[in-house]
Amino acid sequence: MIDIEKREEFDIEIDKTVGKPFIDDAKFSTRNVDVFYDDKQAIFDANIDIGKNQIIAMIGPSGCGKSTFLRCLNRMNDTIQGCHISGDIKLDNEDIYHKHQDPVLLRARVGMVFQKPNPFPKSIYDNVAYGAKLHGLASNKIELDELVEKSLIRAGLFKEVKDSLHKPGTGLSGGQQQRLCIARTIAIDPEVILMDEPTSALDPIATAVIEELMIDLSKKYTIAIVTHSMQQAARVSQRTAYFHMGHLVEVNDTNTVFTNPEHQLTENYITGRFG
Amino acid sequence: MNFGVIITALLVLLLLGYFIGRKRSVTLSKERSQKLHSLPQYYGYLIAFWSSVPALFILLFWAALESSFITSAIVTQLPMHLQQLSVDEIGLFINEIINLSNSALIVEDEVKRQAVSRYNELIEFSASIKSAVVFILAFVSMFVALSFIKPEMKARNLVERLIRWAMIGCASIAVLTTIGIIFSVIFESIIFFKTVNVFDFLFGTHWSPQEAIREDQIGGSGSFGALPLFVGTLLISFIALVIAVPLGLMSAIYLSEYSSPGFRSFAKPVLEMLAGIPTVVYGFFAALTVAPFIRDLGESLNLSLSSESALAAGIVMGVMIIPFVSSLSDDVISAVPQSMCDGSYAMGATKSETIKQVIIPAALPGIVSGVLLAASRAIGETMIVVMAAGLSANLTFNPLEAVTTVTVQMVTLLTGDQEFDSAKTLAAFALGLGLFLTTLVLNIISLYVVRKYREQYE
Repeated sequence: MIDIEKREEFDIEIDKTVGKPFIDDAKFSTRNVDVFYDDKQAIFDANIDIGKNQIIAMIGPSGCGKSTFLRCLNRMNDTIQGCHISGDIKLDNEDIYHKHQDPVLLRARVGMVFQKPNPFPKSIYDNVAYGAKLHGLASNKIELDELVEKSLIRAGLFKEVKDSLHKPGTGLSGGQQQRLCIARTIAIDPEVILMDEPTSALDPIATAVIEELMIDLSKKYTIAIVTHSMQQAARVSQRTAYFHMGHLVEVNDTNTVFTNPEHQLTENYITGRFG
Repeated sequence: MNFGVIITALLVLLLLGYFIGRKRSVTLSKERSQKLHSLPQYYGYLIAFWSSVPALFILLFWAALESSFITSAIVTQLPMHLQQLSVDEIGLFINEIINLSNSALIVEDEVKRQAVSRYNELIEFSASIKSAVVFILAFVSMFVALSFIKPEMKARNLVERLIRWAMIGCASIAVLTTIGIIFSVIFESIIFFKTVNVFDFLFGTHWSPQEAIREDQIGGSGSFGALPLFVGTLLISFIALVIAVPLGLMSAIYLSEYSSPGFRSFAKPVLEMLAGIPTVVYGFFAALTVAPFIRDLGESLNLSLSSESALAAGIVMGVMIIPFVSSLSDDVISAVPQSMCDGSYAMGATKSETIKQVIIPAALPGIVSGVLLAASRAIGETMIVVMAAGLSANLTFNPLEAVTTVTVQMVTLLTGDQEFDSAKTLAAFALGLGLFLTTLVLNIISLYVVRKYREQYE
């Protein structure tokens, strides 16, 4: 742990994100993003590109704004009263905060998996079919059955639940519930999947299963993951972004961030001096 | 010494016992330089308990048995011809003696005068013995308890055990009262069903409980077919629920999901105030405003309606039970975890889809129990029906006709001067039993529904 005064000293050094925040083949690109909760500023001038079919990991100490930033990407922050956002966030070069953009349709393109598994109080089948029914992705029962099966197979859950598809999703174990949430997200075939600490409520074995799944899914989807586990970031991601007290400090290839961090704050965090 | 003085003295003793016990434990621990097992106040509580509670029990016990002892003591002293009277007649005689002893009248009958003076002696004797016994017991038990105090005594555990017994006592009083009420209703109903056939009561379609009191009286046929009453009850409750469930549920959804926190903090208490209005006020609102309005509306449609109708009572009753539905539903809807709603929004669901497909199913057990609570309330409601729906027992499903309900008939059967062993008054107990069974079934259904969904969704 470092003391508070020293920490403030470090804050002064954050004026520009170091490393390589911008890339060529960007799915998401954010410029000058500030986020406020009422008067309190939670994100200061975040500039970053998120690459297509890549996993980007966002790390940083608690309260650094990484979850807030993630929730900007599918406008989940719209549901929080008093939260407002300025700056540009573009998905495939379209401004997602444009007044003609329907946040509901955006969320069908940018899915999200939460920290605590939150299956609906419905059967496993209905959990997966939920989004497909909302968006009319299946025209009949056979198509829907196929879609549910395909999504459960992709999420690596089908073998375990194929005989109990009509039992409640809430009866599964924590790891299975989280894979169910992933299955229901990929059932609506999003382009991007945001994951907010998806394994922090799970045991190491369930975590390993989900990490494997993430790597597999990244072939088709762009994935942004917030994590407290640096090992997890190192294991699954291609790029890593380090947030500190609302500032995006450093973005680079995961390897570079963990072996040769450019910024003193990043080094302090990954070497375990605080966080 | 009378009852109140003894009780006050015992309360003083209780307080005194607390301080003595506390002091004693502290002194003992200092004298023996030994650490107390519990905090000093626990020793205080123990002594307070022993100094008054056993004495209090004896006092209550004495009060309960006193009169029967005195009665039998007087009876044994009476002349033979009086002793051979029936139990009821002796009871009457004793009552007379008690009344005489309380009044200042001069008694002329020799037997009665002796009995009165004997009664007065006995009462005085009993009172003095009683206070002596109670206080001796109080002091003895207090000093015995004090002599048991030692620093290593586990006073805290003992006090906690006493409190547990006190709580068991409170719980069993509630349960026993319920059981007592049920049995008294059942026994009276059995007497009723000795004169009226159960099937005639349950399925008879004619309700006219007036019975001839004298042989030569005309009119009262005494017909106890309760079907019209139960149908009337269900009709009015159904109308009330048709009004209350949609209104209550919709307002609950609006308040918990859409309204601003400021509006909610204002609207919710106002809505709950509806439940606090006395039903008699609803009753005259129904009779003076709603019922004439319905009649006028009917006239404008060329229907001749009476000013008493099931509809008027049902509508007003529906308004009355809105808060039962809305307040409970609002609580359970607000209790649905935000994470579950977030999950739905993140799938690209709109707010309304989220409410319909996630929040309502998750909150269903609570909503169902709110609705059933409202239904029980509607079934038991009397005042509104008396004032707005009338007293005539029609077997009809037409909401524009006057009907009557079970509770209203119970009121009319039991008000005024009645003999308590006629079929007419006993019918009220049978109706009560029927009503009790109806609400019991509703409660069982609600428990079943709640448990089923809880298993599924937790």
